[in-house]
Amino acid sequence: MKKFDLIIVGAGPAGLTAAIYSARANISTLVIDQSTSGGQVATTHSVANYPGFVEPITGYELALNMKKQAERFGTKFELAAEITDYCFKDEIKWIELDEEERFSSNYVLIATGASPRLLNLPGEVKNKGNGISYCATCDGEFYKDKDIFVIGGGNSAIEESLLLLKFVKTLTIIHQFDKLQAEKITADKVLNNPKVKVLWSHEARGFINKGESIVVEIENLKTNEKISMERDGVFIFVGMVPNSKFLLSRPVEIKQNKYGYLVTNERMETNVKGVYAAGDVREKLFRQIVTAISDGAVAALEIVKKTS
Amino acid sequence: MHLNTNLKHIKSKEEHKELIAKNEKAVVCCGRMGPMCVPVYGIMEALREKHPDIAFTDMLFDIRDAEVIRDLPECRQFRGLPFTIYYRNGKVLKATSSIQSAKDMKAIIQEVFA
Repeated sequence: MKKFDLIIVGAGPAGLTAAIYSARANISTLVIDQSTSGGQVATTHSVANYPGFVEPITGYELALNMKKQAERFGTKFELAAEITDYCFKDEIKWIELDEEERFSSNYVLIATGASPRLLNLPGEVKNKGNGISYCATCDGEFYKDKDIFVIGGGNSAIEESLLLLKFVKTLTIIHQFDKLQAEKITADKVLNNPKVKVLWSHEARGFINKGESIVVEIENLKTNEKISMERDGVFIFVGMVPNSKFLLSRPVEIKQNKYGYLVTNERMETNVKGVYAAGDVREKLFRQIVTAISDGAVAALEIVKKTS
Repeated sequence: MHLNTNLKHIKSKEEHKELIAKNEKAVVCCGRMGPMCVPVYGIMEALREKHPDIAFTDMLFDIRDAEVIRDLPECRQFRGLPFTIYYRNGKVLKATSSIQSAKDMKAIIQEVFA
């Protein structure tokens, strides 16, 4: 079992910032991520509000720079690696990756961020990329002059709908409430577009692939009437969820709030000694790149203080 | 637009032909720098270190020569970027549409290249 002074789970801005601080303080640091480095920032087209950059920087470049900076100070990385087992309750904690290798440390920082929520409905995952999409920028043009559904009524659903309206023939929003949660100015732009219809107080219940099209089973939440409607595609934008599910694979050790966000104090300590949390996975008011890197720095400085 | 990744970029039909002719095992991820594509490139970069026998490459979806991917029968119904194609001895063994997790990609590699 390889031992590090600090293991960071999650290679987004919070995790990478913590790695920069800890590795620079000569704390041997391992960063693990089940995907790649950068987190949500790496997939952000342009970042215009990150201090120090007069012109917007691409999220990919910003994330890549953070990783390079962490590497320059000696941080080790295990990317595209799945946590298959772990124990955080003892003083020396360990994590197993891909059922192959174990790494141990006295300190673990969880910085796994948040991800777009799936509806977890029948047929959803199976049809991803074949009629079901989560990104208007990526897949909008496949639906030129087509009829589509958008599921969701928050800011991301409505902003993505605005983009989709440049391509599609009609756009029908399926929304569980009787008004949109998105900012009014954007919501009005969408609602006033003649291509748009809304199924208020409706929820999708399942998806069936018909080759070139998708049949969506929909329930009217007021009457409980169920209908099936066919469209060329479905775009789903229903918010974010914390990437904390892997912590539920055993008796709960780390305190979470009712939405699954990890609860910490101001020092980023969780209720489990030696386990910290930072970034979007943590319960907090604002989720921005700068708040994530602040969390990461605070956690790392606390751990550096305790190890020295 | 260009692909700002550390993978080898396939820029023409000829390069694509050479790739699958010279490498028994090859993967081409055809996409853009969007939120569904970037994680797949990153996972491929990480997997490249663990599988030196597999040629992991990318190709910009919008160049004309990317029709060698776009027009594959396996991609006919794809409506989500990126298109990721797994080749063995020049033949398509698997093709996926949209974002994939590292777990999914490892399972495919195990399935098609074992």
